[in-house]
Amino acid sequence: MTHAAARAAQARRSTLQGARLPRWSPWAIAGGSVVAAVAVGLGAGLDSRIQWGLIAALLFVLGTYAIAARTEGRRQARDRVATSVVWVAFVVAVIPLASLLYATVKRGVKVFNGYFLSHSMGVVADTEPGGGIYHAIIGTLEQVGIATLISVPIGALTAIYLVEYGRGKLAAAVTFFVDVMTGIPSIVAGLFILSFWILILDLGPSGFAGSLALSILMMPVVVRSTEEMLKLVPNELREASLALGVPKWRTILKVVLPTSVGGITTGVMLAIARITGETAPVLLLVWGTGFINNNPFEGAQASLPLYIYQQYANSAGSNAAYDRAWAAALALIAFVMILNLVARGIARWKAPRH
Amino acid sequence: MAKRIDVSGLTAYYGSHKAIEDISMTVEPRSVTAFIGPSGCGKSTFLRTLNRMHEVTTGGRVEGKVLLDDEDLYGTHVDPVAVRRTVGMVFQRPNPFPTMSIYDNVAAGLRLNGSYKKSELGDIVEKSLKGANLWNEVKDRLNKPGSGLSGGQQQRLCIARAIAVEPDVLLMDEPCSALDPISTLAIEDLIGELKERFTIVIVTHNMQQAARVSDRTAFFNLSAVGQPGRLIEIDETERIFSNPSVQATEDYISGRFG
Repeated sequence: MTHAAARAAQARRSTLQGARLPRWSPWAIAGGSVVAAVAVGLGAGLDSRIQWGLIAALLFVLGTYAIAARTEGRRQARDRVATSVVWVAFVVAVIPLASLLYATVKRGVKVFNGYFLSHSMGVVADTEPGGGIYHAIIGTLEQVGIATLISVPIGALTAIYLVEYGRGKLAAAVTFFVDVMTGIPSIVAGLFILSFWILILDLGPSGFAGSLALSILMMPVVVRSTEEMLKLVPNELREASLALGVPKWRTILKVVLPTSVGGITTGVMLAIARITGETAPVLLLVWGTGFINNNPFEGAQASLPLYIYQQYANSAGSNAAYDRAWAAALALIAFVMILNLVARGIARWKAPRH
Repeated sequence: MAKRIDVSGLTAYYGSHKAIEDISMTVEPRSVTAFIGPSGCGKSTFLRTLNRMHEVTTGGRVEGKVLLDDEDLYGTHVDPVAVRRTVGMVFQRPNPFPTMSIYDNVAAGLRLNGSYKKSELGDIVEKSLKGANLWNEVKDRLNKPGSGLSGGQQQRLCIARAIAVEPDVLLMDEPCSALDPISTLAIEDLIGELKERFTIVIVTHNMQQAARVSDRTAFFNLSAVGQPGRLIEIDETERIFSNPSVQATEDYISGRFG
């Protein structure tokens, strides 16, 4: 291409091509804002790192706009500001999460070992070192397991009713009450079972009573997530099955449910993750104990969230109890995380293949 | 075994809306009958009344008679599930079951109905896939998911799935409208072969297609938007396309409206 032709080509492109900031510019602006914020913070003698961070975020957004508006024009500047606000919001959301994980791991690993996982607090005073969370793991597994066994069938069947059969007033009423149930505070669910199980039936504390309260909390979550997943199944699949002369119930069982089972499993796992961390109903109904109780139907049991709370409450300033509380928190987070990973694995494994 | 369909005084509703009104016609066995007409004239609705799929839609109900070899599909003790086993259906968009393999898709009708002998299942699947002209393309990957096939192959898979349960009648609701010309040709050839065994009713927007594949053609129309659709005339395809007895049919076919 001759020189003149190249220039002509450039001139022709100029209506489509404007000045663009280089790809690394957002990083440069972010770095510059952090440096400037540190300088301002030190200069003005601001103690709080949160203030430094806010200044940096503000400088980043404003700086992006000023620089982009000068070089690229106003439309691109607005686009870049929107992008930078999204990034700032993301960082603001991630910082507490990362710091929580960091603090839990850092403080939790001190006593987190095989001994801790395989021993109870039976003969260990709360203020002394030693002991573990074996009894609490047993309690959590049993209570959450029973709650899941109760609420998943009821919740899934309710969702199937709402999506596949429910018409008119009854379906509207069920949807309304499921929404109301979603908002029930856990302590209220605990008090409800307390008044029914312990005050009316005059039965003692047990893991099962806790499971009942937990299933009240779990059921609406299962209904909602299952309902959404069933709605995602294309109507054409139902019609294809019905047109083959397959009865409706078999269509639901063999076509609709298998198509959505991955999503339903994820929803159930998230519901389990939610109730695993509940403390209030367990405190009211299961009471907690330092001893191993394998029978969920009789006597007080422990559970992980309750263990954390009681170690903290009964520590009397003892570091041993604090360490155990943190290690138990780490175990709880790990448990929920493993559940989530399992759910993702199942969802991927069962997802419709393309 | 192909069966004759006799419709008399059929009216279908969606809730309080009357979609088609007072339709009477006879569909001959071992032949292809095409339904043509402008959008919204009730061709698909009418097709769906022929295997009681219309009532699956919320508020869908039907008045009138549909006789399948002298048996009324809307009689008091008739089970819609049994009707759909006798009158199969292929839909506009290919809809293989996404969780199932090619083999399982074809076997789905039999398996889900529970009416099969295990030893015969493989033969039926092979026969149905051959019947749908798909066997040679998929015989080496029967265990692969059906949704991995091309659109035209998926539609032939759906036809194989429909004929695997040995229906007497096969309803096709615009089976080629989502397909390219080559896949369309494959399906049209297939329709020509299938009419030896089944009574075939096909809804189509493509008048050349109706002229190519059908023995008889029915023209549907509606007098105005919101009015129920009606059957204008039904006759030999050659006659409908050369010398129809109603002016509206000629106007529609020659492209003067619709």
